[in-house]
Amino acid sequence: MRKLLLLMLLAGLFSSLQAQETFFTNGVADKREGCYAFTNATIVKDAQTTLTNATLIIRQGKIVAIGNNVSIPADAVVVDCKDKYIYPSLIDIYSDYGIAIPQRTGGGGGFFGTVQMTNNQKGAYGWNQALKADVEGYKLFVSDDAKAKPLRDIGFGMVLTHQKDGIARGTGTVVTLAGEKENLVIVKERASNNLSFSKGTSTQSYPGSLMGVIALLRQTYLDAQWYKNLSAGQAGNPSAEGVNITLQSWNNNQSLPQIMDPANNNDVWMVLRADRIAKEFGTQYIIKATGTEYQRIKEVAGTKASLIVSLNYPAAQDIDDPNDARLISLTDLKHWEMAPSNPAAIEKAGINFCLTTADLKDTKTFWANLRKAMEYGLTEKAAMEALTKNPATLLGVYDKVGSLDAGKLANFLITSGPLFSDKTNILQNWVQGDKYGVKEDMWYNIAGNYNLNLSGAKAATYNLEVKNNSSASVIAADTLAVKFSYDGKSVKFSFAPEKKSKNNIRFSGFNNNGVWNGTAEDAEGNKYLWTASLSKMAVAKTDSVKQKPAPSIGKITYPFVAFGNETLPQQENILIKNATVWTSDAEGKLENTDVLVKGGKIVQIGKNLSDASAKVIDGTGKHLTAGVIDEHSHIASVSTNEGGQSVTSEVRMGDNIDPEDINIYRQLSGGVTTSHILHGSANTIGGQTQLIKLRWGADDEGMKFKGADPFIKFALGENVKRTALLNQANVRYPDTRMGVEQVLIDAFTRAKEYENNLKAAEANNKIKGAKPMYVRRDLELDALVEIMNKKRFITCHSYIASEITSTMRVAEKFGFNVNTFTHILEGYKVADKMKAHGANASTFSDWWAYKLEVQDAIPYNAYIMNAVGLNVCINSDDAEQARRLNQEAAKSVKYGGMSEEDALKMVTINPAKALHVADKTGSIKVGKDADLVLWSDNPLSIYAKSLYTIVDGTIYFDREKDAAMRKQVAAERTRLINKMAGEKKEGRPTAPFSPSYKFVSTCGDDHMHKLGLLEVTGDNE
Amino acid sequence: MKRIINILMMMLLVASAYTQENIYPAPAAKGTSYIKGGTVHIGNGQVLQNATIKITDGKIESVGTDISIPSGANVMDASGKQVYPGLILPNSQLGIQEIGGNAVRGSNDFQELGEYNPSVRSIAAYNADSKITNTLRANGILLAETAPTGSLIAGTSSTVQLDAWNYEDAAYSLDNAMHLYMPSLLPRSGRFAAFFGPQQGDPLKDGIDKIEGVKNFFRQAKAYLANTGTKATNLKLEATKGLFTKKQKLFIHADEVKQMMLAIDFAKEFGFDVVLVGASESWQIADLLKQNNLSVVLTQEHSLPTLDDDDVDQPYKTAAALQKAGVSFCLNDDDGQNRGRNLPFNAGTAVTYGLTKEEALTAITLSTAKILGIADRTGSIEAGKDANIVISTGDILDMRTSIVTNAWIQGRAINLSSKHTQLFDRYKYKYNIK
Repeated sequence: MRKLLLLMLLAGLFSSLQAQETFFTNGVADKREGCYAFTNATIVKDAQTTLTNATLIIRQGKIVAIGNNVSIPADAVVVDCKDKYIYPSLIDIYSDYGIAIPQRTGGGGGFFGTVQMTNNQKGAYGWNQALKADVEGYKLFVSDDAKAKPLRDIGFGMVLTHQKDGIARGTGTVVTLAGEKENLVIVKERASNNLSFSKGTSTQSYPGSLMGVIALLRQTYLDAQWYKNLSAGQAGNPSAEGVNITLQSWNNNQSLPQIMDPANNNDVWMVLRADRIAKEFGTQYIIKATGTEYQRIKEVAGTKASLIVSLNYPAAQDIDDPNDARLISLTDLKHWEMAPSNPAAIEKAGINFCLTTADLKDTKTFWANLRKAMEYGLTEKAAMEALTKNPATLLGVYDKVGSLDAGKLANFLITSGPLFSDKTNILQNWVQGDKYGVKEDMWYNIAGNYNLNLSGAKAATYNLEVKNNSSASVIAADTLAVKFSYDGKSVKFSFAPEKKSKNNIRFSGFNNNGVWNGTAEDAEGNKYLWTASLSKMAVAKTDSVKQKPAPSIGKITYPFVAFGNETLPQQENILIKNATVWTSDAEGKLENTDVLVKGGKIVQIGKNLSDASAKVIDGTGKHLTAGVIDEHSHIASVSTNEGGQSVTSEVRMGDNIDPEDINIYRQLSGGVTTSHILHGSANTIGGQTQLIKLRWGADDEGMKFKGADPFIKFALGENVKRTALLNQANVRYPDTRMGVEQVLIDAFTRAKEYENNLKAAEANNKIKGAKPMYVRRDLELDALVEIMNKKRFITCHSYIASEITSTMRVAEKFGFNVNTFTHILEGYKVADKMKAHGANASTFSDWWAYKLEVQDAIPYNAYIMNAVGLNVCINSDDAEQARRLNQEAAKSVKYGGMSEEDALKMVTINPAKALHVADKTGSIKVGKDADLVLWSDNPLSIYAKSLYTIVDGTIYFDREKDAAMRKQVAAERTRLINKMAGEKKEGRPTAPFSPSYKFVSTCGDDHMHKLGLLEVTGDNE
Repeated sequence: MKRIINILMMMLLVASAYTQENIYPAPAAKGTSYIKGGTVHIGNGQVLQNATIKITDGKIESVGTDISIPSGANVMDASGKQVYPGLILPNSQLGIQEIGGNAVRGSNDFQELGEYNPSVRSIAAYNADSKITNTLRANGILLAETAPTGSLIAGTSSTVQLDAWNYEDAAYSLDNAMHLYMPSLLPRSGRFAAFFGPQQGDPLKDGIDKIEGVKNFFRQAKAYLANTGTKATNLKLEATKGLFTKKQKLFIHADEVKQMMLAIDFAKEFGFDVVLVGASESWQIADLLKQNNLSVVLTQEHSLPTLDDDDVDQPYKTAAALQKAGVSFCLNDDDGQNRGRNLPFNAGTAVTYGLTKEEALTAITLSTAKILGIADRTGSIEAGKDANIVISTGDILDMRTSIVTNAWIQGRAINLSSKHTQLFDRYKYKYNIK
């Protein structure tokens, strides 16, 4: 106990020592204690604790005491805070305050952008220019009072700032917004490791897609671990890699809080994509929210990640013109309406979150937007914590800031009332014990009645009623209008004592501690002296946040697109009676047949079936087929091409599935139930593909076809040679089909050696006492090793006989085969060779002449390949055509005379076989998934429409329900358009009209697409 | 004799031991022949069962169910088959773009430099030996409009018949239309700006200014043409003459509602025959188009809808909306991948989504002929018109049944093989497929 006392005494002693510093003073030293006592205040220490009539003592920039019974030090400057509130100042965890973003120099992007294969940063850095893990925010930070002031004015005292550039952005630093030199405002030098999904100013081609970014992050985690292991094992840098500052820094930053910005303000799935990377590598990200989390709040909450939430909502657009309004999508209209409910939804879901000013075009809108969020249900307590305690805790500085407690920094706000009330003004913002005035003129509440005494030429007394700093009147027999202005210190006003008289008296004076006095002059030049003193204070209105009922908003649909459902369609027991059943299986076509579906499976096929539990659909005169399978599709994906390199087997379409794509629903209406989502054709070895079922409304993981073999996309010919480059020469190898073959041989040769190394290391590491061998895990080569071991299968974009043949020979050399040749428009020329090789063929029905390499494409291709004995599929590669794949298959009846049943197989069982899922889907057979389409007519006829499209026993498209939904969509659009147009009518600000363009994922520049007016192709970065 | 002719004719049609290079354009038709027994779809909505068509010197002399055929006459028996007018493909780049895409610059003969090209003529570049031509014939398309593209005034199109030695033989109707491409009036800003690049100015205003510029051009042209005195020849102004004399129509390429509304000005101010091309949003203002007598060459129905919120079958049912409003329209297939040959199936889709089969047929035959200004000579199987006739074994609008067995252009029986059938034969031979 004595020891403790002694310690405390010593501590006190040290703290009262004059602080020392290396900087010299040019002049007379002026060190001050900065001791203040703020008395009589309502002090909100944190969201839980409020003290009334309390005192706050600060000294040397820190809080030394706080409470109701605090003795005021003799050297304290006392500030009477009667009627005032004191709050901890706010913290913004997502800022680039004082750290400039470097200029981007040169570079391009996109499918045919300028190519830059390597990092152009000079020095011992890593291979990719977007990885700037070495950046240390605190070394770049420069105080900037001009930028600090707007933040202080809205109540912030501290930010986490970092260089907002690159995928790995290095460390962030915690600084206060004091206008002091950098040395004093940095509170924690290395406070966070910042990451993003945006490559920022990097001009390097790779990564050029979202999935490329994700792959790069995953590979870098692996590289950094390898580098660490090697460095430890060799007590130095690995000889092959040498010094790699980027990886060193990456490793050094791992112990810090990890802040990830998906750099996207629309896509609700971004938080999940980011979180999956963190989980895979045993870390946890704090994730910057996209503003759309309310749309899938359950899934977002499931990540357990803390979120950083911007209060940037989309503005109402000026859509007075009905032809403009026509071009705004329901998604955009609904998001406009519901975006302010995002913070409340996040709070309600129990997610830990911080609020940020990031993305606000004008920080002045922060409070209005915050109060809007509160109108929509965000509670005061949650808002307060999201701006104080939560960021402080996440950054490990809650011992210094985030509440008002002794020992913490003197970062606090003095306000005129409760902080979250719209009547309240922030009067002063104290940062590190220094006062920054905000609305100091509001310090004194001058509202009330004053005795105004005039002396001089004429003596008179008036009753002056002051309403606020700019409004007053004189109460007499008639109320006289007063022109009045008060700025916190000086006062000016004028009035005419006699009504309708032009003899205005003009007053000028100052407020000296509550008593005003000064001089006056009337229109005739007479001079006066005057004083005014308060006779009756105005009664302050109760000044708390009004609990207005939350505004009414529309319903969330899954997905958040027109034709989404408020509740997801459920699996049902279904009995389809008396249909013509095209089994695509051994039984062929069965007339007047029933099919019973239970638990998502086909359980019985026969005549006169019955089941009391089943919903009965009359199939009389109708045709039932297996669901259409599209072997080659690009729907439902954020990005399609990672064209940054010729080999990108590390990227995965599965990392960027987009369940919000309306084309899922459109294709269901055309009978499609399963789609193979392929990487584009920008490069020879493209990315890993994703097989999905069209479960409209499911989440991105729920779309995936479970238990299917993994595939990968390869491509040959003009696209990978970058033949269609406009006005620039290709510099990315290969430039010819000769080179394409070399790319393949080289990649598999490297993969073979990599596999050998992995095996050698595994054997070595089993030996006790052996020096461990570390092989760098290479995601690119892993996928190729899987191919060689027949664990991953290729679908290869190809056109020309030569390239088809040479690719088969390369595969054979490495002991595997090419599972599927897709496009394969010259397949008919080498069908016998393909058969011998064991490849499937997936082609278009009648495409040709859209580029040089399809000059010999013929519509008889499918027929010939089928006749030679290949397993032939007809695919779409086009979001529009996929809606009519049955008709595309029917063209082989026309071109060549294929039987109708064989033709239908090309879009059902054949693609199922090619995709290794024929045991699960593709035909109507007991035990298979209930993926079914009931057609109005012969399914090969152009007159056939899908009446029901069923996936796993769930009806996802029902033509009658669709008709009802069209009406709902129209009604909801009308409601929202009126509401949005009302904003302008009511004089609220609006943004210019901006049509809801939609970016349709495509394979790249392979061919044209049949797009709607607002649809645009092009891979976004 | 009749049998021999028939056999010869059948040989010509069925045998396909040709390369396209020696599929010869058929010589001018002479004499009288008959097509009998087929279901004849006139093209104007009428259907005659078991009807006979009498053809003399390449023209349809008569069509009906009571035409007697003299013994020994040259007769094609179409019993059990469907007989149609030759299909017409509007707004194509047939013969002026052999290879699609942009990788082969040498293949581009459809878009000239500059924004004011009224004197540019597609026919001057038309390649009658295009490999694409025969693939169209094989699907029943016997005539096509070959049109230049561009921005603003792209030049004039001509209509060609698809069995010719050269463009002069092919020309069916020279310079039938001037093509004007409307600038987009839609902003490309907001959160999509990153994809379009920075946008200068207000696109609506800029677009209207550009359109105003075109109007000024026509005002000057009108004044120029009115001046019969001595003047320096201006080829561009001179080239507009047909528009004012109504020998030529103005085809305005427009999809947006506002573009289409502005297109009406050209009809009102200058009295031009205005035809909208594309017009994917025309269903929104079908009544307005009807009121102003604007015709429409509808963009291929096999396209995605404009907006996520649109009915999933919106483009498919656009034709039905125009039909209902009484708008004169025809259908198109401007697909870059099948190069136009799916024209009948675009019509088939229109049937699935609201037209009758005969209405849909009209939209690829008689209506197209009217819009292209050639309905006096073709577009239907009616007396006095050219014998442009197609026979299919089944419904030509449905790929399941659409197999064209015979076709005549101006009464000349044409060979239906193509590069595609020839390669088919070659590989049937290789693999010994029956």
